Amino acid sequence: MQIEAPPSAPSAPRRTIDIVNASLKRRYAREARFRFMGAAAVTLGLLFVAVLFADIAGKGYSAFQQTYIQVPVYFDPAILEPTGTPDPQTLAGADYQALVKASVRLLFPELTERRQLREAYALISAGAPQQLASMVSAHPSVIGTTRDLWLIAGADVDMLMKGHLDRAMPEADRHIKDSSIALLDRLAADGRIEKRFNTGFFTNGTSREPELAGIAGALAGTFYTLVLTLLFSFPLGVGAALYLQEFAPKNRWTDLIEVNINNLAAVPSIVFGLLGLAVFINFFGVPRSTPLVAALVLGLMTLPVIIIASRAALQSVPPSIREAALGVGASPLQTQFHHVLPLAMPGIMTGAIIGMARALGESAPLLMIGMIAFIVDVPQGFTDAATVLPVQIYLWADSPERGFVERTSAAILVLLGFLVLMNLAAVLLRRRFERRW
Amino acid sequence: MSTLASEIIRNTGAISAADLARGGRVSGTIGDITAPDPRMVCRGVNVWYGAKQAIRDVSLDIGKNQVVAMIGPSGCGKSTFLRCLNRMNDTIDGCRVGGSIRLDGQEIYDKRVDPVPLRAQVGMVFQKPNPFPKSIYENVAYGPRIHGLTNSKAELDALVETSLKKAGLWNEVKERLDQPGTGLSGGQQQRLCIARTIAVSPEVILMDEPCSALDPIATAIIEELIDELREHYAIAIVTHSMQQAARVSQRTAYFHLGDLVEVGETNQVFTNPRHQLTEDYITGRFG
Ligand SMILES: Nc1ncnc2c1ncn2[C@@H]1O[C@H](COP(=O)(O)OP(=O)(O)OP(=O)(O)O)[C@@H](O)[C@H]1O
Ligand SMILES: [Mg+2]
Repeated sequence: MQIEAPPSAPSAPRRTIDIVNASLKRRYAREARFRFMGAAAVTLGLLFVAVLFADIAGKGYSAFQQTYIQVPVYFDPAILEPTGTPDPQTLAGADYQALVKASVRLLFPELTERRQLREAYALISAGAPQQLASMVSAHPSVIGTTRDLWLIAGADVDMLMKGHLDRAMPEADRHIKDSSIALLDRLAADGRIEKRFNTGFFTNGTSREPELAGIAGALAGTFYTLVLTLLFSFPLGVGAALYLQEFAPKNRWTDLIEVNINNLAAVPSIVFGLLGLAVFINFFGVPRSTPLVAALVLGLMTLPVIIIASRAALQSVPPSIREAALGVGASPLQTQFHHVLPLAMPGIMTGAIIGMARALGESAPLLMIGMIAFIVDVPQGFTDAATVLPVQIYLWADSPERGFVERTSAAILVLLGFLVLMNLAAVLLRRRFERRW
Repeated sequence: MSTLASEIIRNTGAISAADLARGGRVSGTIGDITAPDPRMVCRGVNVWYGAKQAIRDVSLDIGKNQVVAMIGPSGCGKSTFLRCLNRMNDTIDGCRVGGSIRLDGQEIYDKRVDPVPLRAQVGMVFQKPNPFPKSIYENVAYGPRIHGLTNSKAELDALVETSLKKAGLWNEVKERLDQPGTGLSGGQQQRLCIARTIAVSPEVILMDEPCSALDPIATAIIEELIDELREHYAIAIVTHSMQQAARVSQRTAYFHLGDLVEVGETNQVFTNPRHQLTEDYITGRFG
C-alpha cells in the first residue's frame, strides 16, 4: 500500500515517507518472490509424493482382487475314502490333487489329450487342493455329492483377467497358451470366472505361488515385534529421560551421555542389526528371526528417539509447576510423577509413536538377524520364526513373477496405511493436549 | 555491577571511605533484627550462585503473628533470601547457602533435615500464580493428600473448604470445584495458590511478590487476606510496592546489593529511615 506523499517544493529536503515509498516496491517484490518460491517448493514436494502414491496404488490395487473359477466338484468317495472308513485321518491324507484334476476333467469333458489336460489343470491354482481339503474337514457331509465351487485361479489366469498379460503378444512370449485363453473365454462366457475381494491376501502367510501369498504372517510378525519394541523402549526411554532431565547432576559425564544419545539417534539402522546379531543372537543366544530379537534390536534403535523426545517434552513443562509441587512439600519423585510427567505425556507419546513408526518401516537391521527367512506359517508368539512387513515387501520385490509385483505394491499400500494412521495419531495427540497450563 | 554500585555511592554520599574500599558494601545492619516471638531465626546467612555471592551476612528473625516485608531494588537478593527459608534454593544448580537458619530452634540446613517436610512447614506463594492444571479441588487437596493429613474424604472436603474460605475464594468457586484451577482469573488463581499453601497448615508462609501480576482490586483482596492470615502464621513477604509494605507489614527489612541494610518497625522505616540508602530508596531517589 503506497502512501501518497503530499507535493513538496523541489528544494525541500527529502522526507522519510518518500524514501520509504521509493524502496517499498522492491521490498514487496522480494516478498512476493519468496512466497512464490515457498509455494513452488511445497507444490513440488506434494507432486513427488502424489506420483509415488499413484504409482504404488496403480500397481497394487488389483492385488486386493483375486480371480476365481467355478468348477463342478464331485467329492468322490473313492478318492477321499479309499479304505471305505470315514475317519478324519484318512480324510486329511486323501489325494485332493486328484480330486481337483477330476473336477477339471468334469469341467472340460471334451479334453482327452494329456497335453490339453495339463494345460487345463494349470488354470487352477496349486492352492485349490488345500481349499477342498479344508472344506471337506469342515463339512464331511459333502462327500458323495457334487457341488459347484469357486476355486482359486492360477497366477497366470489371474494376471490375464486383470489385464496384466497382453493377449496381443506372440504366443511364444506369453505365459499362457492360446488354447488356454480359448478355454478361459468359454468359461467367462458361461459366467464361470469371477474376480472377488482377495481375503486370502490378509489371511494367508507368504507362498511360492503369488495367488496364494498373503501378508498375514508379516502382519502378525510386525505386530508382535512392535508390541515388544514398545514394551522395551518406552519405559526405558522415559525413565532415562526423566533421570537425565530432572535428577542427574549436570556435569561432564551427563554431557557425554547426552552427546552419545544424540549420536545413537543418527546411527544407521543396519549397525543396530549387526549389534543385535553379535550380542543378542551370538552371545545371549536369543533365537534368530523371531519377533523377540527383532524387538530387542528395534527397541535399541528407538530408545534414543524416545529419550530425546521425552526430554524435550519434560523441558517444555514450565518450572513453575515443579516449584508449586515442591512448595507444598511434594518429594522430587512425587513432583515428577504427579505433575511433570502427566503434563509431558502427550509430547512423550508423540515421540514414541514417531519412533514406533520408524521401527515399523525398518528392514535393514532385521535382515541381519535372520528375519529374511522364507516363513509360510503365521507366527503365533514372540519366539516363533517370523518376518515383518517391510522385509516381506523386500522379499516379494525380489520375485520375478508378475503376481508378486502387484502384491509388493499392495503390501506397501498396507504399510503406508499403518504409517499414516500412526502419524495421524501423533498429530491428533499433539493437537488434543497442546498447552494446558 | 560495580559501576552501578559506585554510581549509587556517589549519589548518596552516605558511605564511608572504608565502605568504598570494600566495594561499596554496607557493614552491618541498622535496627533490631530480632522479633519477640521468632519462628525462624536467621544468622549470618550467605548465599552464592556459583562463584557469585548474592546474599552477604544477613541476620533476621521472622516472628509469629507478624508480617515481615522485604523491600529493595531489583536484584538485591530478596527472592534469594526468601527461597533459603524453605530450601527452595536446593533445586538450583550451583547455589550454596551458608550461615544458620533455624525453624523453631531446628537448624534447617542440617544434613538430617529433610527439605520435603520442611516445605510443608514453611509454605511458599510465588510471584506468578502457578496453580496445577487440575481441578480447583485437586489443587487444594494435593498437599494434604500427599502428607496424609486427613483420614477420610469428608475430612479432606472440609479441609479444602476451610482453606478456600481462609483464602477468601470459597464463595467464588464453591459451585465449580471440579473445574480447572487454571481457568480462574489471575487474582483468583493467586488466592487459590494461597489456599493450597495454607491447606497443609504451615507455620511460616513466604510470599514472593504475590501481587505483582494482579490489578489493584485483586491486590486489595490479597492484602486483606495477608492481614487475616497473620493471626495464625508467621509471614515474610517480598514486595516492590512501598505502599503495600506499609499497609500489610509490621516490620520492614531493606535489602541492598545482597546486604540487609536496615530493619525496623514498618512505621519507623517509612517515616524515619535511619540509613541513607533506605531513605533514598523509600523517597524514590533510586531503585
Ligand atoms: N538461579 C540463579 N543463578 C545465578 N544467579 C542468580 C540466580 N537467581 C538469582 N541470581 C542472582 O542473584 C542476585 C539476587 O537475585 P534475586 O532474584 O534474589 O533478586 P530480587 O531481589 O528478588 O530481585 P527482583 O526484585 O528483581 O525479583 C541477582 O544478582 C541475580 O542475578
Ligand atoms: Mg525476586
